[in-house]
Amino acid sequence: MATLLQQLINGLVLGGLIALIALGYTMVYGIIQLINFAHGEVFMVGGFASLATYSYVLPESWRDHGHWPIALPLMALGGAVVAVVLAVAMERLAYRPLRNAPRLAPLITALGVSVILKEAVRLWYPGATAPVPFPRAFVDEQFRFQLGEGTVTIGATAILMIVVSILGAIILQTYITRSRMGRAMRATAQDPDTARLMGVNPNRTIVLTFTIGGALAGLAGVLYGIHITNVDTEVGFLYGIFAFTAAVLGGVGSIKGAVIGGFAIGLIKTLSGQYLPGGTQYDLVWIFVLLIVVLVFRPQGLFGEPERVRA
Amino acid sequence: MSATPVLAANSVSMVFGGLTALSNVSLRLQEGQILGLIGPNGAGKTTFFNCLTGLYSPTTGNVQLRGQVLPTDPAAVTVAGVARTFQNIRLFPSMTSLENVMVGRHSRMKQGPLASLFHGPAYLKGERDARDRSRELLEFVGLGTVHDELARNLPYGDQRRLEIARALATDPKVLLLDEPTAGMNPQETEATRQLIFAIRETGVAVVVIEHDTKFIFSLCDHVSVLVQGQLLVEGTPDVVRADPRVIEAYLGKPPDEVEAEVRQYAEEAAHGGPESTQVMQPIRDQDGHEGGNR
Repeated sequence: MATLLQQLINGLVLGGLIALIALGYTMVYGIIQLINFAHGEVFMVGGFASLATYSYVLPESWRDHGHWPIALPLMALGGAVVAVVLAVAMERLAYRPLRNAPRLAPLITALGVSVILKEAVRLWYPGATAPVPFPRAFVDEQFRFQLGEGTVTIGATAILMIVVSILGAIILQTYITRSRMGRAMRATAQDPDTARLMGVNPNRTIVLTFTIGGALAGLAGVLYGIHITNVDTEVGFLYGIFAFTAAVLGGVGSIKGAVIGGFAIGLIKTLSGQYLPGGTQYDLVWIFVLLIVVLVFRPQGLFGEPERVRA
Repeated sequence: MSATPVLAANSVSMVFGGLTALSNVSLRLQEGQILGLIGPNGAGKTTFFNCLTGLYSPTTGNVQLRGQVLPTDPAAVTVAGVARTFQNIRLFPSMTSLENVMVGRHSRMKQGPLASLFHGPAYLKGERDARDRSRELLEFVGLGTVHDELARNLPYGDQRRLEIARALATDPKVLLLDEPTAGMNPQETEATRQLIFAIRETGVAVVVIEHDTKFIFSLCDHVSVLVQGQLLVEGTPDVVRADPRVIEAYLGKPPDEVEAEVRQYAEEAAHGGPESTQVMQPIRDQDGHEGGNR
């Protein structure tokens, strides 16, 4: 019982992280039908940027653990700002020139951007050829409680991860459905030409989409860092794949789908690792088996809309 | 014709590769006018609308709104005050009626990306005003009861009216309607005619593309006939419907027998007889004669 609860908690933490990244995938796909494979690297760069904020920007006296209430927000800001700048630059330099090219061109470009970013960080960030330790910039508290024979542990960083991801998704959903720019984003996603004829500037809308996706990925990078206590150039690709899978599972283009897909993958990974034969060696297999099963019966994903032919 | 026209197209030509879709088309729309643009399929009517709304950049010529040359950027044209609907309905299918109209308000609202995140009082007021105005417009076009229905679930005629409401939400000076009654039954068509009159009453000048010439002649102050990318005839409905070139353009060179009937109808039309508005469909309207193919 304790083990089950523990794995549920672990699954939610992992799921929250995946969901934050998946939101960026799904929004960008929704608006320009681009699977931005470099989005996982934005998350990774966000982690490194928040680490750099800590190591090179914060004054020495703020780096001790007691100063985390100042240090963490600044690190989050640094990570998010760099991630946003990166995402927007990516759109401007790599994707916008290919806006009207066949879909394969931007897709391959995204893969290229992904490799460039990963290698750039690995080569130029001091010590990034191996995982770099991340400061513990949040309360260290581990909450333990007894359940039957076993103990369940949940760290403060785990709670922060779950709270931030759910809060982020709710704010984003409200933004998309209830605000002027949110409506403009949805209109552009459904019919860019008509949106233009209603006075919506498509470029501004697309830049806004990359900005929001970048900010969420940057935030995810910081949360990953303080929770796992290191960052590694490899995590961008790995979590990018998880997040992409979550977005497809939930239905690409759907906010709700990305969040539920993210949590679903987090939970499947931890629960299958615990209970299914083969253990953690097979957890990725179960994730993709589920993905294939869902896509066979519901190609648009759980909450996606069937693809329509555009007029 | 002394005042500056609200919308003026000056010798607009549009060439696609080797195909001349429009050649030297000029048009003057006066304040408070309803102008009809008719012509056979492929005459270039929709292409002309695309030039007016900045979707196409004319090969030569330009379009002026109250004397100002319009840019060739659709969003900027909308901001300047020209709005349109589409021949094949182009609503945002997964948004509600109200949301569709609110997208039309986009360019008249000010809230930027950050203001949308932090719901300050100015932001809330802007949203409320936009919602109120959008509800008014839905009421105005006769869709007062379907605010929360997804656009794709609306009946066909309602979708056309929703497009009009959405276009009106941009506060246009000129409204371009591309076949607003296509696929409508006579009752719906009549309702649309009344709606267009009501739109004119609010101070918006209207250009209408239609195939239904009866509809056009009973609606418009001024009619322009476009044939093969060229302006063939223009004038008041009476002048246009009596013009033999218009009849020929619509029906091709008719066989003698049919031609005689057509002439007869044209004459009746010129005298303003009760059947006058049916001049363009004489063959079908003849009892028992369905084009002679039975």
